[in-house]
Amino acid sequence: MSANLVALWYLAASVCFILALKGLSSPETARRGNAFGIAGMTIAVVTTLAVVAKGRLDLIFVAMVIGAMIGTFVSRRVEMTQMPELVAAMHSLVGMAAVLIAVAVVNDPSAFGVADPMPRGNRLELFIGSFVGAVTFSGSVIAFGKLAGLGKKFRLFSSAPVVFQGQHAVNLVLAGAMIGFGTVFFLAEGKAWEAFAAMLAVAFVLGVLIIIPIGGADMPVVISMLNSYSGWAAAGIGFSLNNTMLIIAGSLVGSSGAILSYIMCKAMNRSFFSVILGGFGAAEGSAAAGGEDKTVRSGSAEDAAFLLANAESVVIVPGYGLAVARAQHAVKEMAQKLLAKGVSVRYAIHPVAGRMPGHMNVLLAEAEVPYDQVFEMEDINGEFGTTDVVLVLGANDVVNPLAHEKGSAIYGMPILEANKARTVLVNKRSMAAGYAGLDNPLFYMDKTMMVFGDAKKVVEDMVKALD
Amino acid sequence: MTGTIDPTVVNLVVFVLAVFVGYHVIWNVTPALHTPLMSVTNAISSVIIVGAILAAGPAEVDFGSALGAVAVGLAAINVAGGFLVTKRMLEMFKKRSPRAEKK
Repeated sequence: MSANLVALWYLAASVCFILALKGLSSPETARRGNAFGIAGMTIAVVTTLAVVAKGRLDLIFVAMVIGAMIGTFVSRRVEMTQMPELVAAMHSLVGMAAVLIAVAVVNDPSAFGVADPMPRGNRLELFIGSFVGAVTFSGSVIAFGKLAGLGKKFRLFSSAPVVFQGQHAVNLVLAGAMIGFGTVFFLAEGKAWEAFAAMLAVAFVLGVLIIIPIGGADMPVVISMLNSYSGWAAAGIGFSLNNTMLIIAGSLVGSSGAILSYIMCKAMNRSFFSVILGGFGAAEGSAAAGGEDKTVRSGSAEDAAFLLANAESVVIVPGYGLAVARAQHAVKEMAQKLLAKGVSVRYAIHPVAGRMPGHMNVLLAEAEVPYDQVFEMEDINGEFGTTDVVLVLGANDVVNPLAHEKGSAIYGMPILEANKARTVLVNKRSMAAGYAGLDNPLFYMDKTMMVFGDAKKVVEDMVKALD
Repeated sequence: MTGTIDPTVVNLVVFVLAVFVGYHVIWNVTPALHTPLMSVTNAISSVIIVGAILAAGPAEVDFGSALGAVAVGLAAINVAGGFLVTKRMLEMFKKRSPRAEKK
C-alpha cells in the first residue's frame, strides 16, 4: 500500500470516529454511532496491519486476541454500577500503551519512519505524549482504586482526600523536575535514556500525587479529566509518529473529556483548579458536625409508601447512595406500582449525581426506566413547586438549599430544588454530612421525613407496603 | 516562501481543526448519554493500537517490538471492551425510545 493510500484510509477512519461521537446526540442515533466507531477502528487496524505485513504478524495477532478476549469478557461481566471504575481502568490502559509506544520509539526511531537520531521536534512531541500517558496511567490507577472502594485495604486509594503537609509544594517540585529531565532529553544528541526514564518515573509519581487529594464526590471531574488526558496522550503519540488519524482521534477524545470536566465543574460551581488542588470539605466537615441540636422527623418505609401512594405527583432524586445500594431495579418496581395507582412519577438527575457523568441515567436505563420519565436539572427544577412528594435516594449536596445562602461553602452551586415540594422524603443511611461536609437544612424542614437505611432495603420495603 | 512544509506544522493544522470539530460535536451530546460517551471515547482513544502495531511490526523480535506487542494487547482490551460495553449500555437506552412507543 502506498503512503497516500494509507493516509486516505486513515482519513476514512477519522471520519467514522467523528460520526461515532455525533451519533451520541440522541439515544436513537447512538447505536449507529457506535457502529461507525467500530468500523473506523476496523479500518484503522486493518490498514496498519497491511503496512507492517512484511514484518511479523504472529506476535501482533496473539496480543490482539488475548486483549480482545479480556476486553470482551470484562464488558460482559461488568455491572452498570461499576462503570466508573471500568472507565478509569480503561483510561489507565491507554496511558500505559502510550508510554510503551513512546519507549519503543526512543529505542528505535527508524522502525516508525522517524529519523535516527531523532530530530528535536519529535523529541518534544514524544516527551509530551509520554509524560501525559504516564500521568494518565498512574492517575487512573488511583482513581480506579478510589472508585472500586479499595480504600479500606490501602490508604492510598481512600475515597476521602489524602492530604499531607506541603503537598502542593512537592507537586510543584516534581513537575519542575519532570520538565527539567524532559528538557535534557529534548536537548540531548544521543538517545538520552537516563533523562527519558527519569522523566517517566517522575511523571508516574506525579500522576499518583495529583489524584490522591481528590475526594469521592469530585470523581466525575477527575474521571472526565483523565478521559481528556488519555486523548491528549494519543494525540501526542500521533504527533511523534506523524500519524494524522491518531492526532484527530486523540483530539476528539481530549476535547470531549475537557468539555465533560467543564460541565461537571459548572454543576458544582467550582473552578477546575479548586477541584484539582483537592481536599474539599476536609476542614469544614468537623465544624459542621458539632452544630446545634436540631430535630429531624424520621419515619418507616411504610409511612413513606403511604405518602407516595396518596400523592398525585412524585419526583425521585437519585444519588450515589442508590448506586452503592444497587437499588435501581427496586426503584423502577416501586415507580411502576405508583404509576399503576395513577401517580405521576418522574426522575430528576443532577449532572454530578453519582461518580461519573451520566452515571444515574445509565443505572435507570439498566432498570428499564423509560427515558421520557428522566429529566435533567434545568428541565425539572421549575416543577418542584407543584410536586406533592420528592423522594431523595442517597443524594445530599445536590439538594442542599445552603447553596442559595451567601457564605456557605457550596454557595452558587446549582441544586435540584427539592425543598420547594410539598413533602420531602429523604432516604439516607445515617445523618452523616455529605461530601461537602455541610449540614443539610433540607433534613430539618417540617415537611421533611427521613427514612434511614440502605436504599435498596428501604425501597423494597416501600414496594411491599404499596401492595 | 519556498520549500516544503514541515510535517509538524501539518500535524498542528490537523490538531487544531480536530479540536474544533471535537468541541462542536461534543456539546451536542445529550447529557443522558455522557457515560456511553466516556466509554466510546475510551475505545476511540485506543486507536493508539495503530502505534503499537507499528512498534510490534519489525521482523526480528527485540526490546521495542516486545513493548509494542504488550501495548497492542493493552489497547486491544480497550478497543473490544470499550465498544462492547458502549453497545451494551446503548441497548438499554434503545428499548423504550419514546418515539418508537408512539408509533
